[in-house]
Amino acid sequence: MSEADTLLEVENLKTQFFTEEGTVRAVDGISFDVNEGEIVGLVGESGAGKSVATSSLMRLVEDPGEVVGGTVTFKGEKLIDFEEDTRGELRPSDEMLSNAQMRKNIRGNEIAIIFQDPMEALNPVFKVGSQIREFIEINRGFDEDEAKELAVDMLREVGIPEPEERYHSYPHQFSGGMRQRVLIAMALACEPSLIIADEPTTALDVTVEAQILELVDDLREKYDTAFVWVTHDMAVIAEICDRVNVMYLGEIIEEAEVDDLFHDTKHPYTDALLDSIPRPDQTTEELNPIVGVMPEAINPPPGCRFHTRCPDAREICKQAEPVYQDVSEPGERPHHVHCVKYEDVGYEYSDPLDTEATGAFAGDLMETETEGEADD
Amino acid sequence: MSTTIEEDAQESDVEGAAEEKPEARVGLRYTLSQLKRDPTAKVGGYIIAFFAVIATIAFIDTNVLAWFGQQYWIAETFWVNPVNDPATTQILRPPLGLTNDLHPGNPGDWNHVLGTDHRGRDILVRLFYGTRIAMMVGIVATGIGTVAGVIVGAVAGYYGGWVDDALMRAVEVLYAIPFLVLVIAFMVAFGRNLVFAMIGVGIRTIPVFARLIRSEVLSVREEDYVEAARASGVTNWKLIQRHIIPNSFAPVLVQATLQIGINILVIAGLSFLGFGAQPPTASWGQMLSKSRGYMLPAPWFSVWPGIAILLAVIGFNLLGDGLRDALDPRIQNR
Repeated sequence: MSEADTLLEVENLKTQFFTEEGTVRAVDGISFDVNEGEIVGLVGESGAGKSVATSSLMRLVEDPGEVVGGTVTFKGEKLIDFEEDTRGELRPSDEMLSNAQMRKNIRGNEIAIIFQDPMEALNPVFKVGSQIREFIEINRGFDEDEAKELAVDMLREVGIPEPEERYHSYPHQFSGGMRQRVLIAMALACEPSLIIADEPTTALDVTVEAQILELVDDLREKYDTAFVWVTHDMAVIAEICDRVNVMYLGEIIEEAEVDDLFHDTKHPYTDALLDSIPRPDQTTEELNPIVGVMPEAINPPPGCRFHTRCPDAREICKQAEPVYQDVSEPGERPHHVHCVKYEDVGYEYSDPLDTEATGAFAGDLMETETEGEADD
Repeated sequence: MSTTIEEDAQESDVEGAAEEKPEARVGLRYTLSQLKRDPTAKVGGYIIAFFAVIATIAFIDTNVLAWFGQQYWIAETFWVNPVNDPATTQILRPPLGLTNDLHPGNPGDWNHVLGTDHRGRDILVRLFYGTRIAMMVGIVATGIGTVAGVIVGAVAGYYGGWVDDALMRAVEVLYAIPFLVLVIAFMVAFGRNLVFAMIGVGIRTIPVFARLIRSEVLSVREEDYVEAARASGVTNWKLIQRHIIPNSFAPVLVQATLQIGINILVIAGLSFLGFGAQPPTASWGQMLSKSRGYMLPAPWFSVWPGIAILLAVIGFNLLGDGLRDALDPRIQNR
């Protein structure tokens, strides 16, 4: 990974929501990067902060949320950058792009988003074609005829039959898979360098999902677009991503090439996540879900955030804040992990924690519990 | 009927099958087809169409032909007896076939089908020209209120926060002032004529629309397509124009239709009080006001403009109700 082809670099990004109950640290210091033409996965349970992280990149977090720290560099431009002022408080630095620059130069033009629910992401009162056309007009300064031509081309490109006629259809006249194609056409229309795909296949059934994944793969090769692929579906990750970031409670806890992540899993959470994928050859009783639910991001557990649910948790996990470090052997591809097991802080000598997840107490209880959950 | 539509929709939803398009459930054509199925809305539509045609003819006759020096040409050419001849004019004639105390034994004739007013003018002709005023004031006043109200409400709802507070509190102040006091004060300040009556009533209508659309915008702005548009670099103002307002507009359209009826009534009321159209311009409210003094000898004089106002208001109300049903997806399959 050379410095030259790094497209997006996120460093220590922090987004918080200031609610009446307290400050929700939805994204708490994540760092990752995306190279040109690469598909990077962002995976985690619901509520891990994946979507907040992506909207933070675009500076689209809305009140009461706010990006409070970190640096996001895209093609050398600072999308987010903070500096300390004279009183030692953080404020946006001069290098950070203004809102107008973000809107004009970045959103749509350089970074596009594909949203989760294709049913909701198109304006129901306008024809599909005119929405794509308008999007092109805004971002590329084409006149109406050129934009229309390009819009029809893009519809054809993403595999919509009879694009000239479908150009005049309303969104409700498309099926879910077709609409997702339309959204992809829209995102690609301005040939952005990066597309953020926010769970784009979650709302689709598996056959359509497979088609969309294939389409994305083809289009990536053709346009050399990089993707940040947000999902909670490990199968999709395995299918499409080059590298994966696993998020838990606002933090990235493991980052690796996709093969390494699946075959040489380091973090217990990733392990547990892989274990809880339903497989056709398993019954629900055999399924091994992660115990408990994710804690509130208002008041995250001390030490390692996963220790309340971690099967490998020991006393030290409660006390030591793990360091996000590269644990790969020299010569291997980098593999970052956020776990005290790989640090020299005395994990081996620490006593196992007495939690449900570690199975240290009341083994029977745990079994009945899991069955109960499976029945749900 | 409804099931076939859904089946059609599902069939053509199959990937690759772009044969027959399902019936669109948005757009003008669909709304019109829904309206046509609704008998009351149809009646309302016909009443309004009737008045609209009359108003257009009257408008051409007075305002357009005046440019060619031919004012009142249509009425003078086609009317039975439009011109007042002072020698033969009879005031307060009864309608066709009826008599009144002033004209015993001399029932109304075809010269003045609806009778004449206190100056001997033909009531039907006055109603004819009054239609022009009524339709114009209803539509213009409501138009002013709708445009201003929609902009204020959409901006308030979209931005939220202090913008919302400031705009909506201002609008509520407008709401709190008694209506007649507001409009009359406005006209006293700027001049007592029809233009200011329309503007005054229009301003007074702003709160209705501002509050209505704001409540819609609050839900529309959370929709994914708004977020998607923002993520694709659309400016706030364009977003409001293209995404927020069109998706919040259905209830406004219904309210505007109803409001035209209300505003016709209101401006007729203002004319009745002498604050609307000024004589000699014919307007329904003013005719009603003048007829007040002749209620006993010539009761029909006050009945005709009353019926005209009633019909216009009912027409807009029926159409508005029909539109509400047509635009509300929940009542679609009845």
